[in-house]
Amino acid sequence: MMDTLAQTDREPAAASFFAGELGPGPAWLQTLRRQARARLEPEIGFPTTEQEEWRFTNMAPLRQWPLHAAAPAARRVGLEDIEPFRLAGDGYCLVFVDGRFRQDLSNLPGPGAPLRAGSLRAFWEDDGRELENHLARHAQGDANFFTALNTACFQDGAFVSAPANAVVEQPVQLLYLAAGERPGAAVHARNLIVAHHGSSLKVIESYASLTEAPHLTNAVTEIALGPDARVEHCKLQNENERAFHIAAVQAVQNRNSHWLSHSIATGARLARNQIQTLLNAEGAEAILNGLYLARGEQLMDHHTVVDHAQPHCESHEFYYGILAGRAHGVFNGKIFVRQDAQKTNAKQTNRNLVLSEHALINTKPQLEIFADDVKCTHGATVGQLNQEALFYLRSRGIGAGLARQMLVRAFANDAVERITLAPVRAHLEQLLTERFEGLDTSLSFHD
Amino acid sequence: MLEIRNLSAGVDGKAILKGLSLSVQAGEVHAIMGPNGSGKSTLAQVLAGRGEYEVSSGSVTFNGVSLLELKPEERARAGLFLAFQYPVEIPGVNSTVFLKAALNECRKARGEQELDAVEFLALVKKKTKLLELDPALLGRAVNEGFSGGEKKRNEIFQMAVLEPKLAILDETDSGLDIDALKIVSGGVNKLRRPDNATLVITHYQRLLNYIVPDYVHVLVHGQIVKSGGKELALELEERGYDWILGDAANNGKP
Repeated sequence: MMDTLAQTDREPAAASFFAGELGPGPAWLQTLRRQARARLEPEIGFPTTEQEEWRFTNMAPLRQWPLHAAAPAARRVGLEDIEPFRLAGDGYCLVFVDGRFRQDLSNLPGPGAPLRAGSLRAFWEDDGRELENHLARHAQGDANFFTALNTACFQDGAFVSAPANAVVEQPVQLLYLAAGERPGAAVHARNLIVAHHGSSLKVIESYASLTEAPHLTNAVTEIALGPDARVEHCKLQNENERAFHIAAVQAVQNRNSHWLSHSIATGARLARNQIQTLLNAEGAEAILNGLYLARGEQLMDHHTVVDHAQPHCESHEFYYGILAGRAHGVFNGKIFVRQDAQKTNAKQTNRNLVLSEHALINTKPQLEIFADDVKCTHGATVGQLNQEALFYLRSRGIGAGLARQMLVRAFANDAVERITLAPVRAHLEQLLTERFEGLDTSLSFHD
Repeated sequence: MLEIRNLSAGVDGKAILKGLSLSVQAGEVHAIMGPNGSGKSTLAQVLAGRGEYEVSSGSVTFNGVSLLELKPEERARAGLFLAFQYPVEIPGVNSTVFLKAALNECRKARGEQELDAVEFLALVKKKTKLLELDPALLGRAVNEGFSGGEKKRNEIFQMAVLEPKLAILDETDSGLDIDALKIVSGGVNKLRRPDNATLVITHYQRLLNYIVPDYVHVLVHGQIVKSGGKELALELEERGYDWILGDAANNGKP
């Protein structure tokens, strides 16, 4: 039986995803694409639960899907459709519908703006030099099937670049919407964010569905931070609960750079987020903030990697999970402290609130430390709502449902407060309220 | 207002209250005193509706309603208030948001208009003065990082805002220094009205110098074994509980 299963897992899978077709682009990109495709099989192979990295996240169902490259949506998607998802006010927004850039729905910076932003395609067709320095150089997909697959076949994506010393106050939103009604549409979204020396940039990367059909998003985002650069990156994933969402975010940090990363996962049937940073020069600091809300049959997986390669860097990681129904959460937090990375300060916290006896969380810290003069701490907790607090609120006249909602909201509070973008915070408040209204009935603990 | 008849209750199968009876009328202050483990706090928790306690027999009528059939929030909305012995810290829940929600739930239940933010803040300002409570505390999470005295003051402050019909003060004096005790009891006294009542639960007579009771009851082994006027508290202070324990043993059930 085991043999049969293993046999099935070894079958070449890449073909079913993209029928051997590489994405477009100039010669240098084609070279990278061919290299990535060559690695897919058999070097990397489609992930199975026998691999430690995918132990709790079974991707096998994806192979049963009638996957196909997303086609231009039959339905017309207009400004009124994207309005509910816009979080940058009247600011910069790059809209992609079913993977295709929609200039007509986007708001791009003009020639006098303090940054450059647009579709990758537009840049590589015009002046690709900056892309060539960064694209597919940071997230190489050496070991990750989906990252390599993305590199081989992404059609388009977003490019955002802040020149040296530019301080861009207004956030840039990258908005990906799935609209196709035919089940199994796959989009490989690719983003490149470059913050040059001393610049400052805020990017909201959001994913949502306008369709109820199951679809696949396979996103890769590379973020290069120059010396003294600051980037706040907020990834919001709220796709429909039949979708599969796979994402990799890879930051590479130069001297004294500061990366504030948020991953807010609330949607998809299965969501796998790989959030990684390489602290590659002295004085770099990373804050990894995460919040996942899972209910029903959802699976939410976060794998994070903080790689301390150089001395005197700091990382602070806070991931919070709220699990209801029969949901399954996975958190795996890797911290590498390389031999040269003396005086590292690394901290990791993962807290989980389990609202139902049928919900499940697998949490695992993974620290690999090769330097001797370092400070590393980690902690993981799994708990239920505090019954004493619940009684206190109710004893003042607050109904059980609202009291639970207040406590759940309180649990998520720290994660929400770390986001500096007010519209994103407001959006989350709304989402938390809607999600946990009527918690009365969805709870199976106590009364 | 409150009519407790033959109330028996316990926790984890262990009987704590064993046929307790008590009658409280509007306008009255009753003190319940007793040695440790006599069931004082259990009585407070049972009246407030704490789920962990099981009532095995007896009845409690509150303004004509059977109290034991109500959920904790329904009891609060009906005008019952418990000042906790150990107020819980609730990180992430803002004090002001919490209290406004609570007040408006109670007002709705009474058929009154909900207060908007401006009206609520005006009310809060007035009531914080009554308890000499630092208004900055209300910008923080519920009880989080409050000192012991601040927590107790916050309980009475909440009582001042919610204006209950019956307030149960569970060991409100414990952990208070003399100045805080004067402020807290001053607040309680100012809240006294002909149409509300107070049940003061305490181990020591000290608090009763400031909140003067109309009746004092002695609770021993889950029953009220002796009742009297305020002078009974002084007698207990002087002679301790032993003589009553002796009496109770000799006389059997009162």
